Amino acid sequence: MTAFITHETLPSLPAPNTLKGPVAWMRQNLFSNWLNSVLTVILLIGILAALIPFINWAFIKADWIGTSRDDCTSGGACWVFVYVHFKLFMVGLYPEAETWRTLLVGAILVVTLAGLMIKGVPFKKYIQIFALIAFPVIAFMLLSGGSFGLPHVETNFWGGLLLTLVISIVGIVAAFPLGILLALGRRSSMPIVKAICVVFIEVWRGVPLITVLFMSSVMLPLFLPAGMEIDKLLRALVGITLFQSAYLAEVVRSGLQAIPKGQTEAANSLGLTYWQGMYKVTLPQALKIVIPGIVNSFISLFKDTSLVLIIGLFDLLATIQGAFASPKWLGYAIEGYLFAAFVYWIFCFGMSRYSQHVERSLKTTN
Amino acid sequence: METATETKPEIAVSLREVNKWYGDFHVLKNVNLDVERGQRIVICGPSGSGKSTMIRCINRLEEHQAGQILVDGIELNNDLKNIDQIRREVGMVFQHFNLFPHLTVLENCCLAPMWVRKIPRKQAEATAMEYLERVKIPHQAKKFPGQLSGGQQQRVAIARSLCMKPRIMLFDEPTSALDPEMIKEVLDTMIELAESGMTMLCVTHEMGFAKTVADSVIFMDGGQIIESNTPDEFFNHPQHERTKLFLSQILAH
Repeated sequence: MTAFITHETLPSLPAPNTLKGPVAWMRQNLFSNWLNSVLTVILLIGILAALIPFINWAFIKADWIGTSRDDCTSGGACWVFVYVHFKLFMVGLYPEAETWRTLLVGAILVVTLAGLMIKGVPFKKYIQIFALIAFPVIAFMLLSGGSFGLPHVETNFWGGLLLTLVISIVGIVAAFPLGILLALGRRSSMPIVKAICVVFIEVWRGVPLITVLFMSSVMLPLFLPAGMEIDKLLRALVGITLFQSAYLAEVVRSGLQAIPKGQTEAANSLGLTYWQGMYKVTLPQALKIVIPGIVNSFISLFKDTSLVLIIGLFDLLATIQGAFASPKWLGYAIEGYLFAAFVYWIFCFGMSRYSQHVERSLKTTN
Repeated sequence: METATETKPEIAVSLREVNKWYGDFHVLKNVNLDVERGQRIVICGPSGSGKSTMIRCINRLEEHQAGQILVDGIELNNDLKNIDQIRREVGMVFQHFNLFPHLTVLENCCLAPMWVRKIPRKQAEATAMEYLERVKIPHQAKKFPGQLSGGQQQRVAIARSLCMKPRIMLFDEPTSALDPEMIKEVLDTMIELAESGMTMLCVTHEMGFAKTVADSVIFMDGGQIIESNTPDEFFNHPQHERTKLFLSQILAH
């Protein structure tokens, strides 16, 4: 073996430019040999064959604005269906004269969320307190009415996207702390607490959401004293919250398991109590790790709200299905479902993007 | 190190007939130890001898099943108030640092004083900066633990424990996870701490450190304290066979 020793310190040079550019990439990856080239061409033809007619139907030939099905003459997608029923899809059967209240609540929600999510907004702590305590009260008073001179709007009339958002947001916000407590309880060394949490989680996770909703709507009234009635929406909210908290509990528990024991030991050795250690040391780290799992649960819940149809509440999907089932609009199921899919996708994708943003901003190490 | 018939305030830590089992495994057997205030004790021994377990019993990270442990005159039992009181007075430095990675160095140091001793933030930060200067890394205050080297992290861990102004410091193999170049900076910090009069119990394999600052060196094996002597006597005239074997192994290289 011969080794060549360099006697002077060499300077650090910049790395060389590799062959770049889209043409070079295509040459390397898509057309590198005969088989790849043929496959690329076949797949390209296949994709275009499916995509071009769809785009043609959905956008180019489509009818967008009108008043009745007679306006859908071109043979393309009839978005007039959506245009005509837009208010129905957004707020359900909410009385026409009071719809401004839903818009107001929506505006407050957007502003509050912006205040929470955008960095650099001052008084974050006050915004958080407002969001968790004041906003729900204000939103409920505005939507339900019955005070301050606002006419009462029964929850039966809440529908469409409004109902979907109400159920999802309440479900998410209420299930989150409950799920955390259940996860902590399941990991507890106190046998009774642990047993209660295990039973709760396994029961609520083991039954389908449909049966939970069905039971809450049909069976609960049987157990209540005669004459006592609990609002249908409230029943659905409680059922969904308990159901979701069981799922969240397991997600949070997996995060707690991933935190090294040394963290708790260090917190204990410094004199922090169990709850102080949880709040300042363990939970921040655990929740950060399982953000993907938590957001997954939330997205799932958002779409599960469509099940409330079986207890007679008309969320976004139900109002759309009702609309294209009516004789006036028969045959436009595709447009309806595409619109529903689009709305769901916007919210779910939005949650997904936001969660990635949160993960990035919480990165403290590489 | 003398045994006292009654617990006087000068005895910082007292272990009497302490026994501990992990399931069926008898890990601490009739351990008796008295540590006077201001004393520096180095505990050494082969792995599995129970040295870490013993000092972890002192701040209740482990529970002893038989015997009595008194820290600063307070008995260590299941009474949570006692445990909390003792943990405020006993600081601990771990082999793997156990810094909180989601908090900056300064926040790591301020957390316990603010939440346990209810010290206002400004004052806690001033104290933290003082101790960070003492361990010679004040310029790292705003960094996260992940951005520091091992030696720096361990010094932050020492500063974090000191911010609670404990009367006793426990060290559980503080340099065992460090590269050789960084061991010196941490040992220097510990020596400076010892010279300032802190009561220290240190589990370590760094015999140079033991020779420099220890008042007593204790050798543990199989859950028992086999030998205990001044560093001079311990290294030059070991009495027990096991001690001689151990010393020959670790001083060989």
